[in-house]
Amino acid sequence: MKAAPHGVLTGVHFINGDAACCEGAIAAGARFAAGYPITPSTEIVERYAARAPQVGGTFIQMEDELAASITLQGAVWAGARAFTVTSGPGFSLMMEHICYAAMTETPCVFVDVQRAGPSTGLPTLPAQGDMMQAKWGSHGDYPIIALCPNSPQECFDLTIQAFNLAEKYRNPVMFMMDECVGHMTEKVVIPEADEIDITPRRRSPDAQLFQPGEDLVPPMQHAGEGHGIHVTGLTHNERGYPDLTIASQDKLVRRLHDKIALAAEEIADWDEEDIEGADVAVISYGITSRVAQRAIVMAREKGLRVGRMRLITVWPFPERRVREIAQKVRTIVVPELNLGQIALEVERLAAGNARVISVTHAGGGVHRPEQILQAIEEGAR
Amino acid sequence: MAAVANPVEQFLRSERIPHIWCPGCGIGTTVNAFARAVIDSGLDPLKVVVVSGIGCSGRVAGYVSFDSFHTTHGRAIPFATGLKLANPELTVVVYSGDGDLSAIGGNHLIHSARRNLDIKVICVNNLVYAMTGGQSAPTTPETANTSTSPYGSFEPDLNLPKLLDAAGASYVARWTTYHVKQMERAMLELLRKKGFGFLEVVSQCPTLYQRRNGMGDGLESVKFYKEHSKVKNDACLDDLAMDKIGEIICGRFVDRDRPEYGQTMREFYQNKLGAKYRAPEFQDGVLV
Repeated sequence: MKAAPHGVLTGVHFINGDAACCEGAIAAGARFAAGYPITPSTEIVERYAARAPQVGGTFIQMEDELAASITLQGAVWAGARAFTVTSGPGFSLMMEHICYAAMTETPCVFVDVQRAGPSTGLPTLPAQGDMMQAKWGSHGDYPIIALCPNSPQECFDLTIQAFNLAEKYRNPVMFMMDECVGHMTEKVVIPEADEIDITPRRRSPDAQLFQPGEDLVPPMQHAGEGHGIHVTGLTHNERGYPDLTIASQDKLVRRLHDKIALAAEEIADWDEEDIEGADVAVISYGITSRVAQRAIVMAREKGLRVGRMRLITVWPFPERRVREIAQKVRTIVVPELNLGQIALEVERLAAGNARVISVTHAGGGVHRPEQILQAIEEGAR
Repeated sequence: MAAVANPVEQFLRSERIPHIWCPGCGIGTTVNAFARAVIDSGLDPLKVVVVSGIGCSGRVAGYVSFDSFHTTHGRAIPFATGLKLANPELTVVVYSGDGDLSAIGGNHLIHSARRNLDIKVICVNNLVYAMTGGQSAPTTPETANTSTSPYGSFEPDLNLPKLLDAAGASYVARWTTYHVKQMERAMLELLRKKGFGFLEVVSQCPTLYQRRNGMGDGLESVKFYKEHSKVKNDACLDDLAMDKIGEIICGRFVDRDRPEYGQTMREFYQNKLGAKYRAPEFQDGVLV
């Protein structure tokens, strides 16, 4: 299905990543947002608050992030596509409701414009320290999808993708921005509505609410449609009723995991360049990928053979491709604005086939390209 | 002779019986009254949604046949907020316990009353955290013995009706599990009232509260509530604290008309934006 024209601000814009994310959400059909102010994400809901009444949407500012992160789920079960937006400390507060969404298979999007932590940290300055939290922050084993844009244009494009993935897999999707990408202003091209593909909500009046299809994803029904649905965070059967047995737990938790694991290859998205023949590959994401690009250019000027992979999907992790790259190159350099989170994942997949150099940064700024260059040079030796 | 169906049964998920509640528990009494109030209200039951938090009372959502959501601890009200704002045609009832609504969920209780969104809250106040083993709650009467106040409680208890009045609720009432008919009527009033409504039902937990405080079984608890309650609709709300559970003042304390949040919001934007305003619209059950 195509985007509804009244939600698409077709044209060429000069806007920041936060604004582009908001427009992406509206284009994707988000008609409900609940938020709580926190820098550097607030511009997204500020813009949504202004745009919502013009596009048939509803915005409510809640009393805290705990509320915002579950209010949106109530709206989803009433028939809305919905999202919330936050940063570091707010993301921590939302954790319980991320696994509630995963357990209840509530399609929704959480936007985290990352800033430097831990705790209040360096408010409004960039970091990428929530990458593991996005996957593991809530309790229990649950599947997650996370995307990571590196430009305002991608904030628009990938927010739409985030909503589409949420609907396709009935799963919460984390949209992992960072302060730089959120506050960076660039050209953003918003296409015509009929050029934007929207994944419709999976609906079935007949199937039980948690009765999976072939791809392990069940269709949805909403409140007020006469189905007498029951939704619980307790371990439940296909009818949605609590079923507190080890067997039921095993069946449900494994299905939730498997529905994303089965589709991992399909969901995985990245761009890459010059991996063939490279001695060193730089794997990066978000704002760091743009700093890394400069380092790669500098390294090539010095005659080094460097390839790159930029992660667009972070979770599920593009495991197959990283394994392959590890067999092609001598060294993988992983710069990121944290003390080495995704580097661990790369190391795991490299499995000794390539050396992994983690180029860390505690957050608050970005790397100097020279820092990454140095690691590339070391890796090429 | 044909069996006569209990009129309440249509609103129960009979296939889920037996329930988890203990013998003598008051929650079932409230569910019975609620089902009767829904019948009396004439509301389309297919548009009634029950949202619960976590705890013994939080299990109500699982036993009623309405569309129902068993959410997270303390967050039934914000979940209900999303439901009601996204689809104003729904009658959204929050059915949960005192600890869930007033401790961990206290912030949401206050702000929802302030906004006056049309949500009907039924708070079953059994004076303790029952599901977890009878720990002290904000509603535990002073001096009461609980599993986390083994020498007796010394904290003052939370006066819920006064809090809700101050926060701006449109409707505030309190009854006990003895007052079955009054409770049912109050639930009917709650269902009919537009705006944020709050009904506190003082209930019993014979397993954990009454037993520990030498107050007997379920029947004795209800007798206690009969003997120690007083109906006073015009009560001074300061007097409603249940410290030492001396006298339980019951009645309808607040019944006022304030602008309802959802309607106010939509009218506000319509007036402000004029032709630029676009009303929410469903297509095939999804907001577009």
